Amino acid sequence: MATVSVCKYYPGGFSFDNCKRNALLEADISKLGFSSPAARKTGTTICGVVYKDGVVLGADTRATEGMIVADKNCSKIHYISPNIYCCGAGTAADTEMTTQIISSNLELHSLSTGRLPRVATANRMLKQMLFRYQGYIGAALVLGGVDCNGPHLYSIYPHGSTDKLPYVTMGSGSLAAMAVFEDRYRPNMEEEEAKRLVRDAIAAGIFNDLGSGSNIDLCVITKGKVDYLRPHDVANKKGVREDKVYGHPVTGSYRYKHGTTGVLTKTVTPLNLEVVEESVQTMDTS
Amino acid sequence: LAKCTFFISHLTFSDILYCDENVCVCVQTTIMAVEFDGGVVMGADSRTTTGAYIANRVTDKLTPIHERIFCCRSGSAADTQAIADAVTYQLGFHSIELDEAPLVQTAASLFRDMCYRYREELMAGIIVAGWDRRRGGQVYTVPVGGMMTRQPVSVGGSGSSYIYGFVDSNYKPAMSKEECLKFTAEALTLAMERDGSSGGVVRLAVISEQGVERQVILGNQLPKFSTV
Repeated sequence: MATVSVCKYYPGGFSFDNCKRNALLEADISKLGFSSPAARKTGTTICGVVYKDGVVLGADTRATEGMIVADKNCSKIHYISPNIYCCGAGTAADTEMTTQIISSNLELHSLSTGRLPRVATANRMLKQMLFRYQGYIGAALVLGGVDCNGPHLYSIYPHGSTDKLPYVTMGSGSLAAMAVFEDRYRPNMEEEEAKRLVRDAIAAGIFNDLGSGSNIDLCVITKGKVDYLRPHDVANKKGVREDKVYGHPVTGSYRYKHGTTGVLTKTVTPLNLEVVEESVQTMDTS
Repeated sequence: LAKCTFFISHLTFSDILYCDENVCVCVQTTIMAVEFDGGVVMGADSRTTTGAYIANRVTDKLTPIHERIFCCRSGSAADTQAIADAVTYQLGFHSIELDEAPLVQTAASLFRDMCYRYREELMAGIIVAGWDRRRGGQVYTVPVGGMMTRQPVSVGGSGSSYIYGFVDSNYKPAMSKEECLKFTAEALTLAMERDGSSGGVVRLAVISEQGVERQVILGNQLPKFSTV
């Protein structure tokens, strides 16, 4: 049986058909004087530390679109499995979707094996997916969790390389946060000390990096328990204006008491004018 | 190496905020392996860089592929990790099929096949070394491009350029295990001293019929050379 039309074969992978269209649009738009919208990125500070009983992950909460803050309180610590969480830096959509895909696959895997998922498994899945897309998925991740082999912490780069370390930082504020870690990290810290260390590292990123800001979120993962502290610390509180002075609200009020401005001199100059013509034009107040 | 300089030249101040995506993570490095009678000595530095920032200062670039076969990785971190994982799987499968320990040449061939087939997409310089019953200690080098050749001593990575003279003049055939360890540690120290992309600690591994012994030489314990 012959078919009337030939089906077009779509090979797998990315379709770059729209790139030519986008290039033409870009040229047209710039001729009119506008700029095309920028992808929303999370210029970010994320970090993680392994302590005595588990892992502490931390993140700031600012999402930027170019030079504007798009979201003042976004959540960068994503759920992967009950015992594994992942902080994401880079393109916001990429980190969100990548972590959701791996979380879904890991849940199916866990149901299939009948075991609690391991951090190394999540790491393998993430690195193999990111390598497959050769760095075009802009997701830089800090993966941490506790499984049957103890606490584990990985940093995963957009091209698919991973490092397994006791403390890691990622994002535009990573240098500021790493400075704090290199100074104060010790192996086998207590929980409070570890939380304080992560909080200070994220604060360093918030105050010294333009791409990071707002609040500090923490996630403390131990065997059998996860504390998702959102927000753990509001590092930048919005100030409150002096509300009531002289008995009435001062904010936005421009009524001043008689005598607020002192009068130095008063000169009255009468103007001797002759009325030539007088016409009245009524205003339309209907 | 060429891929990295391309990315670095595109960094402007506004890009620094998003620097994680514009720069590739590299294992620009110094790696080395030496054969001796009864096994091999492998060594590497421990620095991984993203542009001018050291992403990991305690990297382990000596990756186990099989019980008595290791590889030293240089080039793009993502590429070499992915290749090493793939070859580890293939070699493990092959070894189970054979029901005996695989040959070092087999491992090197698997690396060569992958590095040559995807030579346009990959940036990976690998030294495969290990011990097997048929030929004892062997070192095979698989540089960028996908060539494979066996050498008694092999150096690789960005820091290797600075130590070719040292290696050529100080290598003697039939060195003992201790002499090889000293030779490797000194060569790596000299390269780390001069190459900006190499540094940290020196990781050593000795592979022989008895198994694998691993050592770490920390920064303050490195051999000292007088510099004018």
